[in-house]
Amino acid sequence: MYLTLVFLPLFGSITAGFLGFFIGSQGAGFVTILCLGLTFLMSCFAFYEVAFAGSPCFLQVMPWFDSELFSFAWGFQFDSLTAVMLIVVTFISFLVHLYSTEYMSHDPHLPRFMSYLSLFTFFMLILVTADNFIQMFVGWEGVGLCSYLLINFWFTRIQANKAAIKAMFMNRIGDFGLALGIFCIFVTFGAVDYSTVFALAPYYINDTINFLNIDFGLLDLVGILLFIGAVGKSAQLGLHTWLPDAMEGPTPVSALIHAATMVTAGVFLIARCSPLFEYAPGALSIVTIVGAMTAFFAASTGLLQNDMKKVIAYSTCSQLGYMIFACGLSNYHVGVFHLANHAFFKALLFLGAGCVIHAVGDEQDMRKMGGLSKIMPFTYGMMLIGSFSLMGFPFLTGFYSKDVILEVAYGKYSTPGHFAYVLGSLAAFLTAFYSVRLLYLTFLSRPNGYRVLILNAHEAPWKMALPLFILVIPSIFIGYITKDMIIGLGTNFWQGSIYIQPKNFNIIDAEHIPQPAKLLPVCLSILGALTSYLLYSYGSQTLFMIKTSPLGLKFYTFLNRKWFFDKVYNEIVGQFFLSAAYHLTYKQVDRGLIESLGPFGLTRLVSKIALSLKVLQTGFFYHYTLAMVLSLISFLTYFRLESSTFLLLSDARLWFLFVVAIFFINTDFKSPKIQNKK
Amino acid sequence: MEHYLILSTILFFIGLFGIVLNRRNILIVLMSIELMLLAINLNFVIFSNSIDDIIGQMFALLVLTVAAAESAIGLAILVIYYRLRGNILIEQSHLMRG
Repeated sequence: MYLTLVFLPLFGSITAGFLGFFIGSQGAGFVTILCLGLTFLMSCFAFYEVAFAGSPCFLQVMPWFDSELFSFAWGFQFDSLTAVMLIVVTFISFLVHLYSTEYMSHDPHLPRFMSYLSLFTFFMLILVTADNFIQMFVGWEGVGLCSYLLINFWFTRIQANKAAIKAMFMNRIGDFGLALGIFCIFVTFGAVDYSTVFALAPYYINDTINFLNIDFGLLDLVGILLFIGAVGKSAQLGLHTWLPDAMEGPTPVSALIHAATMVTAGVFLIARCSPLFEYAPGALSIVTIVGAMTAFFAASTGLLQNDMKKVIAYSTCSQLGYMIFACGLSNYHVGVFHLANHAFFKALLFLGAGCVIHAVGDEQDMRKMGGLSKIMPFTYGMMLIGSFSLMGFPFLTGFYSKDVILEVAYGKYSTPGHFAYVLGSLAAFLTAFYSVRLLYLTFLSRPNGYRVLILNAHEAPWKMALPLFILVIPSIFIGYITKDMIIGLGTNFWQGSIYIQPKNFNIIDAEHIPQPAKLLPVCLSILGALTSYLLYSYGSQTLFMIKTSPLGLKFYTFLNRKWFFDKVYNEIVGQFFLSAAYHLTYKQVDRGLIESLGPFGLTRLVSKIALSLKVLQTGFFYHYTLAMVLSLISFLTYFRLESSTFLLLSDARLWFLFVVAIFFINTDFKSPKIQNKK
Repeated sequence: MEHYLILSTILFFIGLFGIVLNRRNILIVLMSIELMLLAINLNFVIFSNSIDDIIGQMFALLVLTVAAAESAIGLAILVIYYRLRGNILIEQSHLMRG
């Protein structure tokens, strides 16, 4: 069952991809949905068996590499962490498959789309079920590849192409860090499977490793390198720019990749490597600080975006920041809990946004929507619940994980902890603000769109509405139901799949933090929501005045342009590398040095020397006789003086210098054309 | 004996320089070649006398005939050349340059 669970999506993908021509859109949709449904069903059984019944499952399938020092096998490991991820991934993926068949029903390439979706799910399953770093890396790269294919699904759109390349590229930067981390692990531990590495980790606390000629603490370095991988995949500050751009793909893709699965891989990686991170306090504080900064940055940017999907994308980014800093504060289980909860309501939000966009004729700009609550009350209700869950409204799912995260941040009583708490609380305020802003601009304000679009707006068909309805249920209840099981005090749920050092374990401390600190995030959230609602309902004049004042305009531009991250990246980093690639490596080295010493210089040299030798043959025979006499003389002289000149001529280095000198003397760097005189 | 050798060497080099330095008259070239051959002949004879061996003189006789044949052929070429060109100036005979 366990292997079937992993490979069924691959079967669906292959069937839809290769046989899509024969079975058609309907058939491809049916096959992939069936496969995913079965996978989800089996995931539920696996969850029951692994997490409830407490019997983790480890499978070694077959050897992959087997060379004395370096051997590992294809292996699958199903422990509680994997089980949680399995449920999340397959559940969301199943619903997205169902949703896509309707949302993309008019697309002629539906089989290809379903194939990619299933392939993505398969790689995600490989990622979460791997029992070693290499196999995890296979899934890691696989989801990157599939995200490329899916973002680029409408490959005739140049924006989609660019966004897909950007996503791939930004991810690849992170992957590079991850690969280096795995190399470090292998060099040190001599193994790449989790069980060996994690068992050995405590014995390497004081070890150092020489990296870039600097001695780093081994575990700190490994942690930071793995975290760089997570930064790329989970869109943390620095490598986050791909996530909002990835909204160029179809909306179900955004829901699948950028809400529930791919971006969670980074959090999963950190949670999976908790036994490593626990002994790397330096890496943990960096994780915390970067996560907190991401949470705040993304929330503030989401505040003033006008594209509906970008708002949700930035909210994803922000929530990922929460998860990451929860992990950085050694509360991996809280991070994973938030991951699971977030997957439900974020998929709900994305799919709801898809319904809205579908209804108003693929218009994504919120300023051109408005007044949709009367036309599509069902979607409005779903989005409302999703948004309230997102902003951590009490007794909805988001509340149970988000507030715990902020509590443990405060309860850490350390500098990074307080830093995270402050930024996280501010981000909670901003989250509430932009969530309500989104709801207001889309559903509550007076209609701003074109008359035709508003008249044609309609409620989504059942295949799109059903996933929304199914997702609403966990968005309301799952946090309450599973809180005690997943992050409850002394819960036996994780069974060692997440390791927290006793001295880092602070969930009890978090229960005893001052009451105001506990209440603050919720109050801020409600305050943010109220402010947003009141400002947009009654204070539009004020908002307009703030926006058009000189300072406000600067502020607006700053946030709307995403803190100018893209500008800096494109104009400084990107331009620098592009021009360096062209001027330095291409023009100076490839076309310059190598060409001068290689084919081009050689032909020029030969023809030049041949030309000058040709001139020697004047046709006058007294020149020839002179040449004979001179060569005879030099020949005789050489043999007379052989013993003394021998050393000079036999030195290879001198010959080398001589040849190189000839090349450069003969190469005319100014005009690259061969002049054929005569 | 050294003096004879010096003489033959000087003769040889006079012939050589006659070829190299002469840029005008092709007849002088032929004559220079004859002079070089004569110098060589002289050398043969000197060494034949000096080491008391007849083979040198035999070679000298042989070279004499070869030189005669060579100058005959050379003059014949010259005559044909003159017939074609109307002159035998060296400066004008550089058609076969590289």
